[in-house]
Amino acid sequence: MTVDSYKWLPPSLKGFFANMQIETPPEIPWAPLAKPLSEARIALVTTAGINVRGVEPLFDYEREQTNPGWGDPTYRVLPRDLRQEQVQSGHLHINNDDIDADFNVAFPISRMLELEAAGVIGSLAPTNYSFMGYQPDTTEWRERYAPEVAQRMKDERVDGVLLTPV
Amino acid sequence: MNALARIFEAAGLTTTVINIMPVWGERFGTPRTLGVEFPFGHTCGLSGDAPLQTRVVRAALDLLASSDGPPPIVRHFDEPWPGDFDVWKKAWHPKEPSPIIRVMREQAAARAQQQREGGAT
Repeated sequence: MTVDSYKWLPPSLKGFFANMQIETPPEIPWAPLAKPLSEARIALVTTAGINVRGVEPLFDYEREQTNPGWGDPTYRVLPRDLRQEQVQSGHLHINNDDIDADFNVAFPISRMLELEAAGVIGSLAPTNYSFMGYQPDTTEWRERYAPEVAQRMKDERVDGVLLTPV
Repeated sequence: MNALARIFEAAGLTTTVINIMPVWGERFGTPRTLGVEFPFGHTCGLSGDAPLQTRVVRAALDLLASSDGPPPIVRHFDEPWPGDFDVWKKAWHPKEPSPIIRVMREQAAARAQQQREGGAT
């Protein structure tokens, strides 16, 4: 099947996104996996805007409420042994009920641990990451936070990254 | 998210984005995209449906391990959403409109009001 990218959008947003002017970058970075998947360390990065309750603060959703053209560009750290009761959600652009019930719908740590145990992947990274996906301006992502997270992953000898926008 | 993938890949990390809107993979120049026709907030499947979540993750990992090129590579997960479309096209939305949607609605209402007043003169 061919996925319809606009299937779940209301008609007004469908037109908005379909007609959005985007300048496709002329060059696309390309780093093929240098080892078998069964030996590779994989990290998860989501934009579900979740955090570990009591360890790091919730994303700044209050500022977005007062400034709708702004989205919190920071990130949070999620450990590989994350438990459901630790997860705090608050993304303002989706219904968070199912993430609160089973974070694997957006951040499949449990599935990755099973695949690690089965030998499909070498390992799930010790540290995984959460961003908040509503970013009208990605400057801080590009110039600060994404390079910072990339370096942290390389320091943990990560080979590959699965990214799960919501 | 596509910006993150491009920066991670440029740093030497192999990336795959599982995307509900795979069209962005081509338009933003994302190295590898697995499109899923799932409602927003449910990138890896239904709550409590571990087998479906595993199939999505396995498909994304297969793409990650593939040396196919050149980018952008977009594959499509070959399973439809198992839920009812009419239910889920509403269920994924936040309980309250997001701040930017609230503003867009207020602006649309103001434009409509101006048009009505302009038409009355």
